[in-house]
Amino acid sequence: MKDNITGAEALMRSLEHEGAKTIFGYPGGSIMPVFDALYDHQEKINHILVRHEQGASHAAQGFARVSGEVGVCLVTSGPGATNTITGIADAMIDSTPIVVIAGQVATGFLGTDAFQEVDLVGITQPISKWSYQIRRAEDVAWAVARAFYIARSGRPGPVVLDFAKDAQTEKTDYEPVEVDYIRSYVPTPEMDMKEVRQAAELINAAERPMLLVGQGVELGSAQEELRAFIEKAQIPAACTLLGLSALPTEHPLNKGMLGMHGNLGPNVNTNKCDVLIAVGMRFDDRVTGKLATYAKQAKIVHFDIDPAEIDKNVKADVAVLGNCKETLAAVTQLVNPATHREWLDSFQTYEEVEEEKVIRPELHPAGNSLSMGEVVRVVSEATNHEGVLVTDVGQNQMIAARYFKYSKNRSMVTSGGLGTMGFCLPAAIGATFGSPERTVCAFMGDGGLQMCIQELGTIMEQKSPVKIIVLNNNYLGNVRQWQAMFFKHRYSFTPMLNPDYMKIASAYDIPSRRIMSRDELKTAVDEMLATDGPFLLEACVEEEGNVLPMIPPGGSVNQMLLEC
Amino acid sequence: MSKVEKTLYTIIVHSENFAGLLNQVTAVFTRRQINIESLNVSASSIKGVHKYTITVWTDRDTIGKVTKQISKKIDVLQAHYFTDDEIYQHEIALYKLSTPVLEEKPEASKVIRRYNARIVEVNPVFAIVEKNGMSEDITGLYEELRDMGCVLQFVRSGRVTITTSCFERVNEYLADREAKYREKKGKSVG
Repeated sequence: MKDNITGAEALMRSLEHEGAKTIFGYPGGSIMPVFDALYDHQEKINHILVRHEQGASHAAQGFARVSGEVGVCLVTSGPGATNTITGIADAMIDSTPIVVIAGQVATGFLGTDAFQEVDLVGITQPISKWSYQIRRAEDVAWAVARAFYIARSGRPGPVVLDFAKDAQTEKTDYEPVEVDYIRSYVPTPEMDMKEVRQAAELINAAERPMLLVGQGVELGSAQEELRAFIEKAQIPAACTLLGLSALPTEHPLNKGMLGMHGNLGPNVNTNKCDVLIAVGMRFDDRVTGKLATYAKQAKIVHFDIDPAEIDKNVKADVAVLGNCKETLAAVTQLVNPATHREWLDSFQTYEEVEEEKVIRPELHPAGNSLSMGEVVRVVSEATNHEGVLVTDVGQNQMIAARYFKYSKNRSMVTSGGLGTMGFCLPAAIGATFGSPERTVCAFMGDGGLQMCIQELGTIMEQKSPVKIIVLNNNYLGNVRQWQAMFFKHRYSFTPMLNPDYMKIASAYDIPSRRIMSRDELKTAVDEMLATDGPFLLEACVEEEGNVLPMIPPGGSVNQMLLEC
Repeated sequence: MSKVEKTLYTIIVHSENFAGLLNQVTAVFTRRQINIESLNVSASSIKGVHKYTITVWTDRDTIGKVTKQISKKIDVLQAHYFTDDEIYQHEIALYKLSTPVLEEKPEASKVIRRYNARIVEVNPVFAIVEKNGMSEDITGLYEELRDMGCVLQFVRSGRVTITTSCFERVNEYLADREAKYREKKGKSVG
């Protein structure tokens, strides 16, 4: 027996059918029938009212990244919809499964420049995995099922549903719909054993193999398969920014982070290895530096789920398509146990150099000012390295990525590809809902905090236990560092006058503390973690602290600067 | 950057017939600032499936990446690229010529015959010539007539093409997809 219900009610039932329990949103004119239907579904669907739609989209991302489920946001048409654009683009480039449902003017008004009308499908097509306008109530169940299937299958990504207002109020016969097949869409290419054998042959012949761990390992839940593979063949591994928690920091084969501000050993050895095995990563320019000199000596083996990534930036000698959970397991069967002792040892020299020149001075600074790195490390230690790290973008992000330690899967939430300042605070809110049992440590700079600072209101209302750590250096620090290094210290609009964050925290009823010196650090962090609910810790750090080492823009991976 | 040799490639795309698909396909070119030389969209031989024939001047490396990025769109069934020796292609063109100039220059009529074009309309002011054929013949005829100073208007369609391999690959692809899905479903049920 089919129920005759409105399109808005059909949306609620479809969301419940897809298992969406938490959604982030903001009401407005063209989505009111949906919010009205939501009023009767509050027991099953927990709607979190954000303070700006951009916050809703990033919160959905944070939720998805830690939980592995699809994040959902619900907004109105026009400006409500356009405010989610940054989150949609961010989710696209970082492969995060979210579904954005936006109101739209009634079908009769489409194309007439009606109040709060915007061509959302047209705007979002290039930055989403799928974008669709629902014009009839009878399409709701199908569109929602298809949206969730597309968002979470294969290489995940954002999906946009543009829901016309008359379709929200129109009546339809409702029946739940399952979508697990789209004839034009191959989410996961079939594994080809020939490719796997070719990969194994190259790896078995290698004397100096090295593996690059991307976020694909987390997305494919292949963390154990990855460990089994590298342990069997004793292959040193290094992680991209988004892949950092796919392999525990303390794993003996984990040689650190890749890229512009990554670790010295893996970057230099990228240009010394003889076989480079990339798993679920896309050779982003922040990882490769100058492509013309990147790993030219090595044979490249590329494991990926997305055929469009093969040969996009770096030409693969062997490409293994498929879900890495399956392909890594298959290749592990075929690789010979090996030791690669000398090669593994070669990382140590670089580790020692980096320790002496960069890490020790950052963690144990000679001066009185707090360094960003020591704050990060103390927080990481205080959570027993089991917290979820959420970062903003810039120096805070690079320092947090470097000095936080990861022992659990899905512990790193950051805006990698798009580099969205303002991402951190709302994403951290989403993470507290996606992983309520874990401690969420949100590191941001004074710049990024102010880009989505309105979400403190959401934190206040929800009592979201976000541990906000502001690394305040009174600068837009990353740009300032580049100005110092590449623009003759001309600090063009990077110094910034800050408000009193203690007063702001207090206005939002969020416990807070400001620290200026090292002897307060440990007790302040303990106080933060001992506090139930949210806390804002403002660490006033060295104003002109730099992130090192660094591959200068356009430089090669083996030419890292250790000082500047 | 060194100059890379550019070739005229034809991309054939099959997609579901959804609104906005053309936009999605062309956006892949826009993003890389690649100009589309010609574009032809029509229903294909398969019900509900649209066919796009797109020609662009670009290099081998780029055409591969662009084609994969088009294939990746959810509602695109398939995208393949071809060079001119891998396809049979045809275009249609119309030439509006000045009748007085034509009368003055009898060699113009010879050129029209030599190119196997036909005159479909004549009046005291203008004549319309229609030509079916390969892109280069259409251009050749235009250039000769232009040099005689008799062309008033010239318009050409995009390409229609057929691949020289024996089967329409989309049919096979769809049959294969359906069969695999049914097999998987069967397994999970039984």
